[in-house]
Amino acid sequence: MLVARPGVTSATEWVAINACLAPAAALAGQEVVTSEGLGTPEVLHPVQREMAVRGGSQCGYCTPGFICSMAAEYYRPDREADGADHGEVHGPNGFDLHALSGNLCRCTGYRPIRDAAYALGTPQGGDRLADRREEPPDAPEATEFSDGERTFVRPATLSAALELLHRNPRTTVISGCTDWGVEVNIRGSRADCALAIDRLPELRGLVVTEEYLELGAALTLTEIERGLDGRVPLLAELFPQFASRLIRNSATLGGNLGTGSPIGDSPPALLALDARVVLSGIGGEREVPLADYFTGYRQSVRRTGELIKAVRIPLPLAGLTAFQKIAKRRFDDISSVAIGFALDIDEGTVRRARIGLGGIAATPIRAYHTESALEGQPWTRSTVLAAAGLLRAEGTPMDDHRASSRYRAAMLGQSLLKLYARSIEEVVA
Amino acid sequence: MSNLSQRPENPVVGVALPHESAGLHVTGAALYTDDLVHRTKDVLHAHPVQVPHAHARITALRTEPAMAVPGVVTVLTAEDVPGLNDAGVSHDEPLFPSEVMFHGHAVCWVLGETWEAARLGAQVVEFDAEPLPAVATVAEAIETDSFQGAQPVLSRGDIEEGFAKAAHVFSGEFEFSGQEHFYLETQAALAFVDENEQVFVHSSTQHPSETQEIVAHVLGRPSHAVTAQCLRMGGGFGGKEMQPHGLAAVAALGATVTGRPVRLRLNRTQDMLMTGKRHGFHARWRVGFDLEGHVLALEATVTADGGWSMDLSAPVLARALCHIDNAYWIPHVRVHGRIAKTNKQSNTAFRGFGGPQGMLVFEDILGRCAPLLGLDPIELRRRNFYQAGQSTPYGQPVRHPERIAGVWEQVIDNGDVLARQQEIAAFNAGHEHTKRALAVTPVKFGISFNLTAFNQAGALVHVYKDGSVLINHGGTEMGQGLHTKMLQVAATTLGIPLDRVRLAPTRTDKVPNTSATAASSGADLNGGAIKNACEQIRERLHVVAATRLGCGPGEVRIAEGSVSTLDGTASLDWDELVMAAYLQRVQLFAAGYYRTEGLHWDATTFRGSPFKYFAYGAAATEVEVDGFTGAYRTLRVDIVHDVGDSLSPLVDLGQIEGGFVQGAGWLTLEDLRWDTGDGQGRGRLLTQAASTYKLPSFSEMPEEFNVTLLPHAEEEGVVYGSKAVGEPPLMLAFSVREALRQAVAAFGSPSIGVELASPATPEAVYWAIERARAAGTPPAAVIQPPPREGRLSRA
Ligand SMILES: Cc1cc2nc3c(=O)[nH]c(=O)nc-3n(C[C@H](O)[C@H](O)[C@H](O)COP(=O)(O)OP(=O)(O)OC[C@H]3O[C@@H](n4cnc5c(N)ncnc54)[C@H](O)[C@@H]3O)c2cc1C
Repeated sequence: MLVARPGVTSATEWVAINACLAPAAALAGQEVVTSEGLGTPEVLHPVQREMAVRGGSQCGYCTPGFICSMAAEYYRPDREADGADHGEVHGPNGFDLHALSGNLCRCTGYRPIRDAAYALGTPQGGDRLADRREEPPDAPEATEFSDGERTFVRPATLSAALELLHRNPRTTVISGCTDWGVEVNIRGSRADCALAIDRLPELRGLVVTEEYLELGAALTLTEIERGLDGRVPLLAELFPQFASRLIRNSATLGGNLGTGSPIGDSPPALLALDARVVLSGIGGEREVPLADYFTGYRQSVRRTGELIKAVRIPLPLAGLTAFQKIAKRRFDDISSVAIGFALDIDEGTVRRARIGLGGIAATPIRAYHTESALEGQPWTRSTVLAAAGLLRAEGTPMDDHRASSRYRAAMLGQSLLKLYARSIEEVVA
Repeated sequence: MSNLSQRPENPVVGVALPHESAGLHVTGAALYTDDLVHRTKDVLHAHPVQVPHAHARITALRTEPAMAVPGVVTVLTAEDVPGLNDAGVSHDEPLFPSEVMFHGHAVCWVLGETWEAARLGAQVVEFDAEPLPAVATVAEAIETDSFQGAQPVLSRGDIEEGFAKAAHVFSGEFEFSGQEHFYLETQAALAFVDENEQVFVHSSTQHPSETQEIVAHVLGRPSHAVTAQCLRMGGGFGGKEMQPHGLAAVAALGATVTGRPVRLRLNRTQDMLMTGKRHGFHARWRVGFDLEGHVLALEATVTADGGWSMDLSAPVLARALCHIDNAYWIPHVRVHGRIAKTNKQSNTAFRGFGGPQGMLVFEDILGRCAPLLGLDPIELRRRNFYQAGQSTPYGQPVRHPERIAGVWEQVIDNGDVLARQQEIAAFNAGHEHTKRALAVTPVKFGISFNLTAFNQAGALVHVYKDGSVLINHGGTEMGQGLHTKMLQVAATTLGIPLDRVRLAPTRTDKVPNTSATAASSGADLNGGAIKNACEQIRERLHVVAATRLGCGPGEVRIAEGSVSTLDGTASLDWDELVMAAYLQRVQLFAAGYYRTEGLHWDATTFRGSPFKYFAYGAAATEVEVDGFTGAYRTLRVDIVHDVGDSLSPLVDLGQIEGGFVQGAGWLTLEDLRWDTGDGQGRGRLLTQAASTYKLPSFSEMPEEFNVTLLPHAEEEGVVYGSKAVGEPPLMLAFSVREALRQAVAAFGSPSIGVELASPATPEAVYWAIERARAAGTPPAAVIQPPPREGRLSRA
């Protein structure tokens, strides 16, 4: 479905999110449009028309979802329909196929859907939803909603949220709901009291100082991606590999760290960036290095009653960075292994190395042995080969349905070799 | 040319039209079975009680705790069944079992006022389960002799003579995975009972007649007391050929027990845990080639993983054996088929129905052996194509064998394959860590149900007094565009514009005794029946028109809604003609019938001509593989496919592309895993959601995708000269797998036979690369192969 949210280049943007993950109460006061609201069989919306005439639907079951994702991209204010080649996954109309990477179709093989997307023009005069972008969206309302058994609360301020958490420690904090929604739908979890923090202004800052860059815990990954606009190359490499645009439109860093999954994608990158976590509780704020944050499987130093407020990334950034995600599918998959690299190489010598790893232990970890084996050494094939051997032995990878432990371990070593090969290519090129 | 295949001038068939429901799909207005719940009053919701044992005897079942949950109305158990407690046609699938046969088997169903109430009720139903030994893999089944059903042998020639003459003999083993259907709409049914105790079941089913029969036998009622309707399905792919029946029966039973409508919809995890999938197979084989690389002999034992019950495993195995030859002449053949009985979901139909599995065995052999024979795989395949006068191992003459070479040459030409092979060689020479490869593979696929009796269909066509037309047929719509084609057939046969024809949902009280919409035969069979019904009406109308126009009935032409003499001197319009016919008391509706002629099949000797014709195709696929990780991309695909004279080109294009990508998913990405350990979870499906079972997404779409329909391909004796298209294109995806194999070889030495697991996930490709890199050393020193993969040895 489409939700009206504050835009970057216009007052409002139409943002596509997964309806199945969003609690209805979280949308109180919001403007929502579904495929039914875009057009009718008699008067099709341009997106619907292209999909229909090009064979973009077969069984039709996934189609309304595709329509919404496609419509969001159709209305994206900074989509440039200049006819130029915008790269592998962009149409001549500026359409970014990643907008559809969170939608699955079992019938068509996607080619007609891509062609429909690439055939779209720009919204014409009188288009209601296009015009709507000029006015700001309705702000999410502070909500308290109860059916007698369960309560949904959206407080207006951080202090109100912390107060509630303090009073009722069994409250379930929800942000983008892309983890929690799955718990509810698939695992039958139910919250007696759900506390929505995703719109708290205190958790939604993007601040740049001399020393650090601060990313609010409740910013969506899309907002961070667009707000940073490539200024942290490691994160710029991470975002397109993190779930799909559809999920990133809701998912937050707070949620990714809060859920504490050892296969979350942001920790390996943030560990490599030496990030620190800002925790906020009723008694005040504290800051912990992310490297010390996780204490066990889905456990952390965060105390009951504390919220993750922000993540701080120290500046300046390392010169050579990379994020490598090993998964079965290129778009929208969960990592078997993820590796974040941040290396400072000065005159051919590795001065500083930070390597974050996910998927190979009960928590995301730093590859300390490998880091120290690299530091002070020349950035050469033999250093890298030796370090890759060490890297392979970091952690205690598991065998599961995503990958064997052998493959996981092998991929750690390979990731360093790949980083090296790329860095050499770049020098040559 | 037969009357059936002949097209009139300017026919509506052959026009590229969007799906008849496209406008409804894109606006969210299209209704699926479960959408009807919100339009129905007082619906109860059904939730299964699943037992977490791979094999166990249920010694006690206590439903009382569930009854204490607010909102729970009743719990359906075996005691409620007035008829036969069985969900299948082989009578080996108890609907409410006392012995749990796979992890997640449902033993009873809770009905609640809300789905949530039913879910909570199901959580507290208690049972005592006495665990029994379980067979968790095909390998274990083979070891312990756990088989079910007959063990057919496909045989021709003298296998020993074949091997004696062979210059090269190779042998090997290959085990490959099945596939989850992952239709986007999970299984769903909504049942109610009307005032006369007539049971009405809406079911997302590819086989309404069988859904009806099974509901009837569970309820202990005759078929005429049950009506099954399928509005449309959100995908089927074979997964709704047999699997919906038991679920519809539970809903119907609930409706008769409570007197209220009952809705049953599985969520994704339940669907994956409870319903059957494409059969994985194990094959052990020996093959002999002459000096030039002609196949002389093939001996194999193929074992299909049937799961816990027979379901459709016997016909799936039959089709596998009947397709092991794919497009190749094999003079001496002996293939032994078996169905393993394992404690897993009961495997079932899936697009291709065993055909892909049979073909995969032999395409894998060719891919592995080509380097050992010192032949380019393209050349090896070409050398072995069927020639005029040859027949299949089961004795059916191969008609139009020249089309195999035809599509082959054309795809090589369209894809500029020879030039690109040079470019690829240059690319590979310049890239240490990235390799590309291009492979071409053919498809020959037999059309018709193996079992002759299923090759019949019915239709009902009404012409109303105002000239509008309503058609009904026995086929179901699951996205494949059958209804679109059927509308085109009716409009063409009657000679009226498409918008005068409307199609009503498939239901068993309109057309009885229908076959499943399966085996790609939906358009052939139902199109034949609709054409027949329309022709009856048209003939009657010709007589009426002849008197009005003052000519003979043979001199009347009806086209585009206008009725005239052949020379065009006199005319009237369709609506006038219809009204005139009504006033003259001429019957304006007809039941149509069609059966495929010329088929015969002996399932015991495994001989006959079970197929009306063969569909042909060829694909050329280029991939790029990352040597660091084994990850890959599909850069370009060219396809030439034979759909006869297309009834609906946009629909056919969609089937070809979609089938290809689904086949590529099966062979590369879709990785079903069960817990095969000895712990608590033994037999549990581990990949039970979209998060762990990966379907192709945009990243698997070929970056360049060119599909050509084979021109001048009219098929004699089939409705308007067309050919079936639903299944055959899936097997074009072998080209992806073969390209991956060749790219892997490019990391090592081109002369080694690369073994590749299936699915060829990035991990599988990575291990194959590691082996290829080490291939300079003798095989003994090769890094241990991963599990689930066979070994190739020179016999
Ligand atoms: C289809 C799909 C694909 C996905 N792909 C990926 C992927 O590629 N990589 C990946 O890493 N993850 C992936 N995920 C998981 C999920 O999207 C991420 O973990 C996301 O970052 C969660 O953020 P959220 O805001 O939605 O969290 P929520 O679901 O709202 O919350 C998750 C948990 O974190 C807690 N929490 C949230 N915010 C805070 C806070 N500020 N302070 C303290 N606790 C907090 C909540 O209490 C809850 O326990 C995927 C999920 C889906 C459904």
